[in-house]
Amino acid sequence: MIKKFIRLHSLREWIFIFTILAIAIVLLPLFNILVPEESVLHVPNYMFALMGKYLCYALVALAIDLIWGYTGILSLGHGVFFSMGGYAMGMYLMRSVGKEGVYKSDLPDFMVFLDWKELPWYWYGFDSFIFTLLVILILPALFAFTFGYFAFKSRIKGVYFAIITQAMTFALMLLFFRNETGFGGNNGLTDFKRILGYSLQEPSTKMSLYIITTIVLFLSYILSRYVVQSKLGRVLTAIRDAESRVMFSGYNTVHYKLFIWTMSAFLCGIAGALYVPQVGIINPSEMQPSNSIEMAIWVAVGGRGTLSGALVGAGLVNVAKSWFTVAAPDYWLYFLGTLFIVVTLYFPKGFTGMLARFTSKEKSKESA
Amino acid sequence: MNGSHIKDDSIDTTHGCILYLEQITVSFDGFKALNDLNLYIDDGELRCIIGPNGAGKTTMMDVITGKTRPDHGTVFFGQNHDLTKMTEYEISHAGIGRKFQKPTVFLNHTIFENLELALHTQKDVWQSLTQSLTLEQREIIEEVMETIGLKEQKNLRSGLLSHGQKQWLEIGMLLVQDPRLLLIDEPVAGMTHQETEHTAELLKSLAGKHSIVVVEHEMDFIRSIANRVTVLHEGHVLADGKMEDVQNDPKVIEVYLGS
Repeated sequence: MIKKFIRLHSLREWIFIFTILAIAIVLLPLFNILVPEESVLHVPNYMFALMGKYLCYALVALAIDLIWGYTGILSLGHGVFFSMGGYAMGMYLMRSVGKEGVYKSDLPDFMVFLDWKELPWYWYGFDSFIFTLLVILILPALFAFTFGYFAFKSRIKGVYFAIITQAMTFALMLLFFRNETGFGGNNGLTDFKRILGYSLQEPSTKMSLYIITTIVLFLSYILSRYVVQSKLGRVLTAIRDAESRVMFSGYNTVHYKLFIWTMSAFLCGIAGALYVPQVGIINPSEMQPSNSIEMAIWVAVGGRGTLSGALVGAGLVNVAKSWFTVAAPDYWLYFLGTLFIVVTLYFPKGFTGMLARFTSKEKSKESA
Repeated sequence: MNGSHIKDDSIDTTHGCILYLEQITVSFDGFKALNDLNLYIDDGELRCIIGPNGAGKTTMMDVITGKTRPDHGTVFFGQNHDLTKMTEYEISHAGIGRKFQKPTVFLNHTIFENLELALHTQKDVWQSLTQSLTLEQREIIEEVMETIGLKEQKNLRSGLLSHGQKQWLEIGMLLVQDPRLLLIDEPVAGMTHQETEHTAELLKSLAGKHSIVVVEHEMDFIRSIANRVTVLHEGHVLADGKMEDVQNDPKVIEVYLGS
């Protein structure tokens, strides 16, 4: 079993991966703690929350690459799974506030504001971290499984599937916008105080969350790599390229699609759960249709069907976004749209594909 | 749909027939692609099916493989598998392999991977995730690559193969699937003369072990392989018998061979 994992990458690739991992979870924190603040080499505290956020996005991109890049099923509704994980974590964080809210009540502030007298039943259990963790791991996956079961069994494909997922995220957004739904309406859940007893304002908590996110992303990447490198992965790409041939070869493609769709939602839910304590808020706008589309764009920009491309794409687009929202906030969406068109038309394999083309040119020059 | 179709591997051919198509009717928007079609394939037989365009040959294949459901009639594989009640993958598991008219292989996979995916084995999700090929299975794949003449190109992406080679690869994928009944739609379309001859030999060598149904237009090819030919016309059987007899049948000459 361990041998199988080691064989996922060549030695050079493993060294590269572990170097990056070491820089991320050892070197950067050390440069924060040991290097004095005046120095240019000092890594400021705010960087960790910011990078943690990007890493969550990278995990989302990884999840989308599994279903879109490898299996050819475009989902424009991954915001839902992300939000489910996020809201579950948010509910736990709300419950951990205790009586320190504005109204000094045992209930979350927004419930007091709405004049609710007791906790709705679906908030029960979120006092417990273990329970919350289980919800995070199970709920998005279960929801995706049920949704996917009906969609794939009815042989809904391509554009139709994408539109349905888009409708799904839109419908859930509207549902969560309502105050009566009991998740804080359009304000969502925010003003968190602590996680597992540690204050969320503390730099050390933020750094720990960032390190946990990095490790989770690393493990998810290895798991995904294992899946796509197995025969199952080859069946998935075969489904993408010629589904009827796969069926006539004796595979129940519904099961395969369900597996990868559920796994994708599972990873996306975890990403949402890690995102919320680092960003400090979760609200229905995460389920905006445009948000889910943006997630797909990360993968397209980075390069579909490579896993590493998805990670790079999420990073590139979000760094660009952070820069734009400061420098020219009004132009961000134009830029994103243009980027998407240019990538689809001229770089169908995205950033990694472009990179591979240049390196192979270099190589052929060398050998010539 | 339960798993019972898959587990019951045995195909009852005690009456000598492996495939029974009885009174099949399929209509698309009023147009009858198949019209009261009756066809029986003997176990181990190599049967050629010819007919002008629109005679219903491909629709017939679709009905047998579960892609199209007939409006009317019964389709039995052996005496015990009702194909009209089975899904595509169940039919494949029961032992029917199909080659499409347009060669359909996995273009982004290597030759070896194409065969690996088609190989007869457990095909559920968990098996695919955890199992790797046994030595024996590798040997089967190597053997088939030899048969279809693509051993040299083992690690080549199949998208880079020529049209004829893709046809061969698809036939190879059927072979590793080890079906009882092979349905082959236009196997020599786009092949050179030599490749065609080679294909004829291959199919002849497979008959007996497998039952084979070939749909083809290429007359020389059919003459070189078939003992028995069935002519389809407007969705039903027009003539049936030895090649020479069929060729001299005035009805057949009128609709097909004469043109």
